[in-house]
Amino acid sequence: MIPKKPIPHLMRDGNRFSDKIMRQREKTMLRITRREALIFGGATAATGALPAAANTPGQMETAIRRVVGEAEIRKGKVTLDLPPLVENGNTVPMTVTVNSAMTKTDYVKAIHVFNEKNPQANVISAQLGPRCGKAVVTTRIRLAGTQKLTAIAEMSDGSYWSDTQEVIVTLAACLEDLI
Amino acid sequence: MAARALINVPKTAKRGDVIEIKTLISHVMETGYRHSNTGEIIPRDIITSFSCRYNGEEIFAITLYPAIAANPFVTFHTVATTSGTLAFHWIGDNGFEVTEEAKIVVG
Repeated sequence: MIPKKPIPHLMRDGNRFSDKIMRQREKTMLRITRREALIFGGATAATGALPAAANTPGQMETAIRRVVGEAEIRKGKVTLDLPPLVENGNTVPMTVTVNSAMTKTDYVKAIHVFNEKNPQANVISAQLGPRCGKAVVTTRIRLAGTQKLTAIAEMSDGSYWSDTQEVIVTLAACLEDLI
Repeated sequence: MAARALINVPKTAKRGDVIEIKTLISHVMETGYRHSNTGEIIPRDIITSFSCRYNGEEIFAITLYPAIAANPFVTFHTVATTSGTLAFHWIGDNGFEVTEEAKIVVG
């Protein structure tokens, strides 16, 4: 079995914070209540602490249109599963589930996930087929701040379905080394 | 570039069963949006795509973007059809390429 948590020795390259900083952060975070986290998360987004390259909801829409074209996107069938409150935006578990029989004639062709505030609007883009048996994809993502994510599923009949989730992030990815 | 990959596939399965496949590979997934201490942009170094073939036929493929966390972990499903080999292939920046295989016996 692959453990859900990253293996410490594998994390060595990706984790750029010193133990001391992480300990301090953890201490600070323990004192933050959910209510404060909401305010804090909102404030980070509002003060524009994001890098100049950060995209905007408009760019997310453009990125979606680039994939979907002019087709109508309906709500439903897709479930985007993310924790509502994230302490560390560097690794956020994400599961996309699409309600489909996955038969030869009715299956999910592709799953795309987009974000609002990371420097780049795309998150993943997966190609599936009838041989998948089940349209469920899990991965771990980075989030630069509190934002909305949208998952879009392309079905074999050419229809598009979507789900949107909002995630509150207390420690954003990408930005920490700038502080 | 020695990359460690972990793959979790059930060794045996019943024909027609939907099996879960979990994959994890060690990689920094440098976004290309971060700055070093001297203010220079750290160049992008990510895995850009991952695919899985079941006895030669591609069953799953995914394009990864910088928004994927370090050490990409991807889970997906497939229907166990026949005994054989599942081949996993990661491709990334700077000529990164890793291939792994897993055997499955379908009874």
